[in-house]
Amino acid sequence: MHFKLRHSVALAALACAGFGFVPSADAKTFKWANSGDVSSMDPYARQETFLLTFNSNIYDPLIRRDKDLKLEPALATKWGQTDPTTWFFDIRPGVKFHDGTPLTADDVVFSLNRANGPGSNMGSNFVSVKEIKKVGDLRVEVTTKYPDPLLADKWAALGMMSKAWAEKNNALNSADMTKNEENFATRNAMGTGPFMLKERRAGEKTILVANPNWWDKPVHNLTEVIFTPVANPATRVAALKAGDIDMTYEVPPADTESLKKDANIKVLEGPETRVVFLGFDQERPELLESNVKGKNPFKDKKVREAIHRSIDVDAIKRTVMRGQSFPTDLMVAPGINGYMKELDKRPALLKPEEAKKMLADAGYPNGFETGMDCPNDRYVNDEKICQAVVAMLAKIGIKVNLRAQTRNLYFAKILRKADLSPGDTSFYMLGWSPAQTYDVHNVFEALIQTPNKATKKGQFNAGGYSNPALDKLADSIEQETDKAKRDAMIKEATKLYVDDFAYVPLHQQAVVWAARKNVDLVQPADNSFPLRFVTVK
Amino acid sequence: MAAASRSGFSGWLHRVSDSDVWWSFKSSPMTVAAAVATFLIIAVAFLSPVLAPHTPFDPATLSLSDGLKPPVLVSPDGEWAFPLGTDDQGRDVLSSIMYGTRLSLIVSLAAVAVAMVLGISLGLISGYFGGAIDAVIMRVADVQLTFPAILVALLIDGVVRGLISVKRHDEIAIFVVVGAIGLSFWVSYARTVRGSVMVEKNKEYVQAARVIGLSPLLIMVRHVLPNVTGPVLVIATLNLGLAIITEATLSFLGVGLPSTEPSLGTLIRLGNEVLQSGDWWITVFPGVTLAALVLAVNLLGDWLRDALNPKLR
Amino acid sequence: MLAFILRRILQSSAVLLAVGLVAFSLFRYVGDPVNAMVGQDTSMEERDALREKLGLNDPAPVQFFHFIANAARGNFGLSYRTSEPVGRLILERVPATLELSFCAAVFVLFVGVPMGVYTGLYPKHWSSRLLQAISLIGISLPTFLIGILLILVFAVTLHWLPSFGRGDTVRVGWWVTNFLTLSGLKALILPAITLGLFQLTLIMRLVRSEMLEVMRTEYIKFARARGLTNRAINFGHALKNTLVPVITVAGLQLGSLIAFAVVTETVFAWPGVGQLFIQSVQFSDIPVMAAYLLLIGLFFVLVNLIVDLLYFAVDPRLRSQGGSARVAGH
Repeated sequence: MHFKLRHSVALAALACAGFGFVPSADAKTFKWANSGDVSSMDPYARQETFLLTFNSNIYDPLIRRDKDLKLEPALATKWGQTDPTTWFFDIRPGVKFHDGTPLTADDVVFSLNRANGPGSNMGSNFVSVKEIKKVGDLRVEVTTKYPDPLLADKWAALGMMSKAWAEKNNALNSADMTKNEENFATRNAMGTGPFMLKERRAGEKTILVANPNWWDKPVHNLTEVIFTPVANPATRVAALKAGDIDMTYEVPPADTESLKKDANIKVLEGPETRVVFLGFDQERPELLESNVKGKNPFKDKKVREAIHRSIDVDAIKRTVMRGQSFPTDLMVAPGINGYMKELDKRPALLKPEEAKKMLADAGYPNGFETGMDCPNDRYVNDEKICQAVVAMLAKIGIKVNLRAQTRNLYFAKILRKADLSPGDTSFYMLGWSPAQTYDVHNVFEALIQTPNKATKKGQFNAGGYSNPALDKLADSIEQETDKAKRDAMIKEATKLYVDDFAYVPLHQQAVVWAARKNVDLVQPADNSFPLRFVTVK
Repeated sequence: MAAASRSGFSGWLHRVSDSDVWWSFKSSPMTVAAAVATFLIIAVAFLSPVLAPHTPFDPATLSLSDGLKPPVLVSPDGEWAFPLGTDDQGRDVLSSIMYGTRLSLIVSLAAVAVAMVLGISLGLISGYFGGAIDAVIMRVADVQLTFPAILVALLIDGVVRGLISVKRHDEIAIFVVVGAIGLSFWVSYARTVRGSVMVEKNKEYVQAARVIGLSPLLIMVRHVLPNVTGPVLVIATLNLGLAIITEATLSFLGVGLPSTEPSLGTLIRLGNEVLQSGDWWITVFPGVTLAALVLAVNLLGDWLRDALNPKLR
Repeated sequence: MLAFILRRILQSSAVLLAVGLVAFSLFRYVGDPVNAMVGQDTSMEERDALREKLGLNDPAPVQFFHFIANAARGNFGLSYRTSEPVGRLILERVPATLELSFCAAVFVLFVGVPMGVYTGLYPKHWSSRLLQAISLIGISLPTFLIGILLILVFAVTLHWLPSFGRGDTVRVGWWVTNFLTLSGLKALILPAITLGLFQLTLIMRLVRSEMLEVMRTEYIKFARARGLTNRAINFGHALKNTLVPVITVAGLQLGSLIAFAVVTETVFAWPGVGQLFIQSVQFSDIPVMAAYLLLIGLFFVLVNLIVDLLYFAVDPRLRSQGGSARVAGH
């Protein structure tokens, strides 16, 4: 019976093919895959690089970043400050949404308020904002509670949505979990961007088509883009080799070499702005997971130095990362404002005996035992890096009990709690990129300053490293507008945390992308993938 | 059959060598080969602390400078210290396989034991008491069958993570895996035993024993259990292979054993990630070992089933 | 028979409720959904506010009560991950999984049963022994490895079949099907084989041993003595008599095909419920996970019911026996 069924089905299939979609000769369809799906079509649903950059193909921001991550005009032709607490944005005239309605200041005010409203995950970009108002059909003015020189940088990822469309479809706010009803904007989109949403099947595929009326002159030559999430890395690589997809990113380091050898495939690699590092609990009087009682070995700078100088990041690069990493000794990457190249030198590695002696001098002649936390699905080869660290520290007498787990459980365990009490960890791995501002101050504020509930500083300083001199410097850096003075302070502050061995920076992981040979694209250092630069030959 | 022997070991040996089972074993070369392979793999695995050239579970002995060495016979870059090459942590693949196989065997044997004890007990209870208890147990068994080991393991893992402080999770990971696999296998034992109990419990000797005041449960255990030894043994052998595979799959789904002490399944999962990188030895050798082990165990199970089935002689 | 079915349905509801309790109370403890929902630099106050909003601070029994009350109305809330209604997310994924499981089941039955019959009829023949040994490969390598190997051979090297996904699909009402396009049918082949291989081995061995047993019965000897053709004996008598246990096991295996699809769907990026489940586990998306478990429970109940009904069709003795006796009287 089944074979009969198959037979008739095959006939039906042939019949369908006759009436089906026949691509025109110059249609350029671009298929690509990533490990996970975009969680929503709503540009404010989550503050996460992948969602922001995917949806920016549909939703243009006021100001966008170019290939080198420099700001350039998009929907705002001009912007600036009329006084320290007032910003203006001039809206580009003649821009139309995908449904043909014109973009006005009303849409911009609506979008910004929506991004700061309930259900949105973008609120942290609006902390300084007092009021957003329209002061003309094509001009928007923003007043801030205090001078905020980085406002434009923070808003470079915010897409502009049609107000009329949102009102019509009851999508005035982003999806709100408590309402228990779905939001139209989760599955549909209405922006001004270079691509329009044609079909959205969550977790399966998302199809975009080129916007013929885009305000900018397109660099891309695509007519259609099909995005598919493929979770298993081996399948992704196989699909690229088989030609089932044209491009994929976050290629596993192990597969990079074999892809390079494939004549039909090209591999693009560049450093990411994220620095992956190890942190210590330097706050508790006694470690949570250690055989040392009554004191905390990580409070001792000598111990931190011995560990720092026993971790061979170049060996990790060679085997674990297969060359796909850029070892560093700083907490920020090149390309971030405030990166000090002259300070980015790792101190010489210690021989095991030397490190053991250093530990003995610190009062641990027989080493000690500690727990270590590591994610296993967050950073490239995170668990393997931690394993390698365990082996390296074992050689200097520190027995590390590694616990690698999936990111949700991991972050829940190691991050500071709501009352800013320290995370439940002794030794941990984290990655950080100052993605909104591309400025080192974000790193000082989030990771290096002493955790403080009132000022909200040090929220991600999970181990509670604290240096009052550095705290003061970081506060001054925030306010300083003179570049030379600011740079001098950054240098001083950088020296302080480097000399304290506050963290063990490991590397920036490489952003490895792979594409078929006939695809041209641009790979920005923040691991975003703007489709507007893609051409297919 | 395998009912308990009351005379000495030599007597037992004599009976075995005379038996049909032994004859059927000798006359099947494939079975002999499977038995030899199983024995060899198990022996080498359990002797790995003595035989293995390295101790891959001890991080202090690992060095990244030994990482990614190819097998010695296929490449001049190989070293005799690492005959089957090394992985990206500098672990000797041969030693990892030996230790990993041991771990996999321990896990699967333990899981099968859990399933066996649980299944036999529930089967006895179910068959003996009947009625509501029987219905409940058999319904639970039905539900159990819909949730294969991987789902059960995801569930158990979830509970354990919630109930026990996360920091001890890795130490108990092995119990979680054993428990999960064990829990998902008990049904076939329970059904077999239950069926046998239902047949026996109305027989006259059981009734008689009941009349003279012997505990009927004791009778069941003494008279029914020997009858089911054969089928139970067959299920156990087949389950053993299944357990090894399940453990590997759990590892693939991220709820297996910690990768600092990789089981055979974890080795394959890790190798699966580098399958297309050209470093084939990291996957192929553990894969072949696993396939050989499971194949051999299953062939033994097959033979055992046919040999113990009197109707097929 | 009606009473029998009613009783079954009652039992099934109890089973579903139990599954619901298990699903809910277990997933209550997996990970922290709040961390999955927000970006890394969301402040602690925002996280706590979200936790309160989601009702994660309510007592567990209260949360369970809400869960069951809503589930009964088909309302599983919004996915933590995508903010979409869970009911629809699952419903959208069901066709993919059912079509995959169906094809795997067809593959298992149409290949496994004949292989089982053959090896059962000619147990001593070398080809039977070979088939048996080969079939063991299906349970000697983990599914994920078999899947990726098939992809490497048939997609990457030979370019015969697609490496992942469903290919082109056609929407028929709310059901999105693979069966109406060539690329959709081609996309089914590798995942269906991967998913079915394991069950294939089990079914083949089951049929083989059942055949072996049946062929030794007096009944077959008698049929032979009556001079019936081998063909009539093998298929008309012997195979038919093996059907009861085969149907039981095949039914249960179909249920586990759907659950086992978790692995296959992950390897082949097959957009079914299994993939959804794994994604949900990674994001601690409690509503989706709970709904998935209930769905599996529901499938089980349905499959079991169908199996019970099939017994009546296949084995006439059952019509005047057991639970059905009261209604099946002549």
